[in-house]
Amino acid sequence: MKTLVYIDHFKGAVQPSSWEALGVAKKFGDVSAIVIGENANDLAKSIFEYGADEVFVADDSALKDYQAETYASTLSTFASTLNPNLILFPTTARTRELSAMVAVDLNTNVMTDLTALEANGDSFVATRPIYESKLFEKVSCSGKPVIATLRGRAFPKPEIQAGKSGTITKVEAKGEAKSTVEGYSTSESAVNLGDAGIIVSGGRGVSNNPALTPPAGLDEKQAEIWRAQQGFALVTDLAKVLGGAVGASRAAVDAGYIPYSHQVGQTGKVVAPDLYIANGISGAIQHLVGMRNAKVIVAINKDADAPIFKAARYGVVGDLFVILPALTEAFKKKLGK
Amino acid sequence: MKIIACIKQVPDSEAKVKAEGGQISWGDAPLVINPFDEYAVEGALQQKEATNGTVTAICIGPETAKEALKHALAMGADEAILISDSALNNLDTVGAAKVLASAIQKIGADMVIFGRQTLDNGAGITPAQTARLTGYPMLGLAGSIKVNERSVTVERALEEGKQIVKANLPVVISVVQSIGEPRYPSFMGIRKASKAEIPVWSLSDLGISAPTEIIKRDELMTPPARETVVEIITGESPAEIAEKLADKIIAEKVL
Repeated sequence: MKTLVYIDHFKGAVQPSSWEALGVAKKFGDVSAIVIGENANDLAKSIFEYGADEVFVADDSALKDYQAETYASTLSTFASTLNPNLILFPTTARTRELSAMVAVDLNTNVMTDLTALEANGDSFVATRPIYESKLFEKVSCSGKPVIATLRGRAFPKPEIQAGKSGTITKVEAKGEAKSTVEGYSTSESAVNLGDAGIIVSGGRGVSNNPALTPPAGLDEKQAEIWRAQQGFALVTDLAKVLGGAVGASRAAVDAGYIPYSHQVGQTGKVVAPDLYIANGISGAIQHLVGMRNAKVIVAINKDADAPIFKAARYGVVGDLFVILPALTEAFKKKLGK
Repeated sequence: MKIIACIKQVPDSEAKVKAEGGQISWGDAPLVINPFDEYAVEGALQQKEATNGTVTAICIGPETAKEALKHALAMGADEAILISDSALNNLDTVGAAKVLASAIQKIGADMVIFGRQTLDNGAGITPAQTARLTGYPMLGLAGSIKVNERSVTVERALEEGKQIVKANLPVVISVVQSIGEPRYPSFMGIRKASKAEIPVWSLSDLGISAPTEIIKRDELMTPPARETVVEIITGESPAEIAEKLADKIIAEKVL
């Protein structure tokens, strides 16, 4: 069986779940990988080391910025000549649209966000969460090739085989750009909650530190945001010590404490890290559906009746402004940082 | 400007969804407009106001899905169309996209707006498949939309930050929450919606046959119940609590 793996990257930084896709592909037989973008050639070495047998590179100035239509046409045209049984993508914002378009081009469809994938004769059986992970379904794809996107961190990352290499083949850029990238906004720090193994999150509760006195001259809303920023600084300190990402509840995002890209939950990001530490988050169902599949959930909240404690493995009922810095110190000491 | 908002009806997110005899059951929980699609309607209404345009809400579903369309009308959509056909029982994403694309072409649109995904299937790929089928540019995960004559600029929310992308109308857009909080239906809106006659289009009205189901569900599973008995960590001082909690977390081997 032949699998084509799409290596997703942003300006040369590969989405780690692309490596997981290479690991899955290896189970099924031959692994071809394709990477698209200007200077994509530089990524070939790592792609071999994570298990690809051959690497195809569409390295073209016309593909400088990710653009759904040109990337999809390049990929579809190539896939129809390679003729793989399976095309695998990591699940990201880009690959959801890219895989969707390639499926239209090749007259098949996509099984998205899989948590398991098994071969079944010359076809595949996939498992994926539906209804916000309240249920799981097993699905199969009757189209050819079978196309699937894999949920980040649902599959093991393959071991690096240092020095492994192979043939690199150039692929031509196809298609016509239907939009132009005008730029990127750097005001917002990059956050990739989907790939994070550890997430430390803050909710509305992070703005309620009575011990703080906001600087003079702020109106009520500005003072609230200032307080929240001090609270999120404590959340960020712990995240840094643990090497994790910073998450937030919708209430905190809606109140303007932190950008939307940090939001965990129904209208934000659904995450499944190994460790999730919820600070000052009450635990509305819309938040719980976004994080309840974390391996270990820790909740710190002053309200002993907060629903978050029903989802948590460990809880502290208390003042997060005191507990959180103490926890950061404890980890610094124990982890030798 | 002619704007189409594509919506779906789903069980309320508070519903206790279960697998019963291979079927999905949500008890007596109400069916509502997909919460992500409320943002699509909100985005469409913002563009209607900015460009003096019109908003048509469309939905594929059974007769009962008219309630979701009435919600869009009550929010301020000008008209609503239900696409309903007994041959559409087993639609996968690309099937839905084929039906929507032909409806969009029949209605005619400068801008088609989707929510980022549905609450039920959650694939989030129907917008891009609809774009591919209509040939319109896809502007996905937009947090803001600005139209200037025949061009449109959106700010997309990617994992790595925001990307600003420009295209010419007509376009397909999917929106995220930053587009703005969906407005509440007004009293007048609710009255208008309750009286509205919603036309129902069948596949023959669209001049297409039922799309083949490519992705099939073979089995439905309830996730294993998790033992989540919380252990509350207590102590004499914050430092002691922190110490104990850190030890517990380290013992879980998740760091």
